[in-house]
Amino acid sequence: MYLATSRAADSGGPATGTTALRWRRVSGNVVALGLVSLVTDISSEMVTAVLPLYLVLGLGLNPLQFGLLDGLYAGATAVLRIVGGYAADRWHRLKAVAGIGYGLSAICKLGLILAGSSVAGIGAVLAVDRAGKGIRTAPRDALISLSSKPEALGRSFGVHRALDTAGAFLGPLVAMGVLWVSLGDFGSVFVTSFCIAGFGVLLLVVAVRDRVRKHRAAGIPLRAMFALLGRKGFRRMCGWAALLGLVTITDSFVYLALQRRWEISSTMFPLLPLGTTGVFLLLAVPLGRLADRVGRWKVFVGGHLALVVCLVLVCGPVGGPWPAVGALALHGTFYAATDGVLPAAAGPLLPEGLRASGLALLQTGQALARMASAVLFGLAWTLWDLGPSLLVTAGLLLTITVAAAVVKPWEAKG
Amino acid sequence: MKKLLIGLVGFALFAGAAIAYVVSARGDEPAVNAVAVVTGQPLPLDGHTLFFRNVAQGPDFGKLAAVPRTAPTEARKVGDLHCDRFAAARSTGICLRVRQGSLPPVTDLLVLGSDLSVRHQETLPGTPSRARVSPDGQFVYWTLFVTGDSYSATGFSTRSGLYEVRTGRLVKTIEELPVFVDGKRYFASDVNYWGITFDADGNRFYATLGSKGKTYLVEADYRQYRGDAILENVECPSLSPDGKRIAYKQKVSDGVWRLAVVDLATKRVTRLAETRSVDDQPLWRDDATILYGLRRDGDASDVWSVPANGGGTPVLLIPDASSPAYG
Repeated sequence: MYLATSRAADSGGPATGTTALRWRRVSGNVVALGLVSLVTDISSEMVTAVLPLYLVLGLGLNPLQFGLLDGLYAGATAVLRIVGGYAADRWHRLKAVAGIGYGLSAICKLGLILAGSSVAGIGAVLAVDRAGKGIRTAPRDALISLSSKPEALGRSFGVHRALDTAGAFLGPLVAMGVLWVSLGDFGSVFVTSFCIAGFGVLLLVVAVRDRVRKHRAAGIPLRAMFALLGRKGFRRMCGWAALLGLVTITDSFVYLALQRRWEISSTMFPLLPLGTTGVFLLLAVPLGRLADRVGRWKVFVGGHLALVVCLVLVCGPVGGPWPAVGALALHGTFYAATDGVLPAAAGPLLPEGLRASGLALLQTGQALARMASAVLFGLAWTLWDLGPSLLVTAGLLLTITVAAAVVKPWEAKG
Repeated sequence: MKKLLIGLVGFALFAGAAIAYVVSARGDEPAVNAVAVVTGQPLPLDGHTLFFRNVAQGPDFGKLAAVPRTAPTEARKVGDLHCDRFAAARSTGICLRVRQGSLPPVTDLLVLGSDLSVRHQETLPGTPSRARVSPDGQFVYWTLFVTGDSYSATGFSTRSGLYEVRTGRLVKTIEELPVFVDGKRYFASDVNYWGITFDADGNRFYATLGSKGKTYLVEADYRQYRGDAILENVECPSLSPDGKRIAYKQKVSDGVWRLAVVDLATKRVTRLAETRSVDDQPLWRDDATILYGLRRDGDASDVWSVPANGGGTPVLLIPDASSPAYG
């Protein structure tokens, strides 16, 4: 499906069918960025999949040591995202800054071999890997945004997110294959992962076009980025995104609740995220297109309603397998309706020269709010246990979603 | 056109490098055991044997091995059973092993009879961490590292469960055990348990509860199914044969643990003579001696012993071994 996509988008020849016609409206640059993300995600998910095995059985380390650093990394990633976004705008180098981020993460795969069994070394490598991800996100999304026609932004982000998610799907499979062929050698997984990531960087260098700015400003001062928050439409969007993020429940809690409610066989438990990912993959493009047609705001809000229904199904009185399947499907729908749709909605509100900075601000605000949400939910759980905490969260989410739908903070036209 | 060429050449180079590395890694397997083994002899749970995981490089790496309890320096006997963790007591054995080629990893849990034949099998998600059998041989219990149910996707957590050998009852996780800290019912989203140990009565048990950056020693009653946190900073507890003391690993700093023994009546803590960092659930040889696996140069491991009273010095018992168990 995706090979056909890229071919249709790249070839300048006459389209043969309606499918090809539809795809051609996505710029080749967006498809190229999507392929870079696909390749990079294969590489990083390979490592994510084998890391626990490697640490515990390969090195005999206690992986809980690394979990403790997680909150710290997440905070640092959020800050680096803003740095990456601003640097890209400051020097008019979206592709170069994104490339640095991709490159850092690629080198980390080899770093895992060099780190050997050193806990500090492995911790440092994981931190740099996260940093690379933080740096590249905003310039990449800005490139997608600037490579698309304003009326097709939702579709462009949908195509990118679908390709990205496909990579996440394939990563564990590739890792499994490499482990099988190499007779269980972890070094082979890391080297293969490095080679795949390296190819991703090369793909970025040769296949992605940077944006050449028409009017080159002498340099963008830092305050110009924060002055974006002075724009009423954008400020409101950031506010609503953060507010919704504050009551958006973290994935793992959804899976835990599903598992407890349905006593899902624990070997099936790791497959729950695949359900979400699968639906996200299938719906990213259709919902992106829908967002272009009926309004991105409506789809974004609708996505949060899907999450409310998902939570109600998880806590609700109806048993049997279908509510669980429905909840997972709605969880995937939530991602498909929000993850790419938000930057698509923000694009037109931001001047070209500050696109990366603006997207970085928006997404960092949302990410920090979601981190706070995880902490708050943890507190709620401490007070009331899982079920009541979920219902309270669903109630708050519904309230804020309805408020957001009524107030209509941005988009003059629907 | 030029770009396409660069892309194709780059792809060929990266693909070639990956394939070359994988092929060379395949040839790395040593054909001869670094430590000689004896094969073709039965490994029964006869009560006079010290079992361990053979981690000497070679074709028998990862297999369950055995030496006489009284003569641990004799040549190790190995059979066909592969285990990542092993434990035994009273003619019951438990063997945890990661299923080859499973991602995310799943672990096969084998409950073994006195001739090490498989009496029961379960498949659980995660990577083996600890395994034990209750002194009466009626419970087997384990701890696995799992991914994906922590705050973030890269976070790790542990899941401890148990299996009643007589009734076939399986408790996949003891996370829902009602626990009281300072007399108050404790709820938290990040509750993790690791390292279960049962008393000889088959009812009282202990485990480490980890939550919000702290670890507690939980003393629990199996029939009433409730527990109380009685001490802090106690991990991987192991109850002494007389049921009065607990050997455990005490956290000194991130990733560094010291072996210690606490007297349950007086709560007095004695640090053992082993000064290196130990990340294992200790094993009582008898009321006076403790065994443990110790990591060496990266991924190698040896089994050591040390007196339980804080005196003496550590002694290397079996080189290239991990997961010791008497049975």
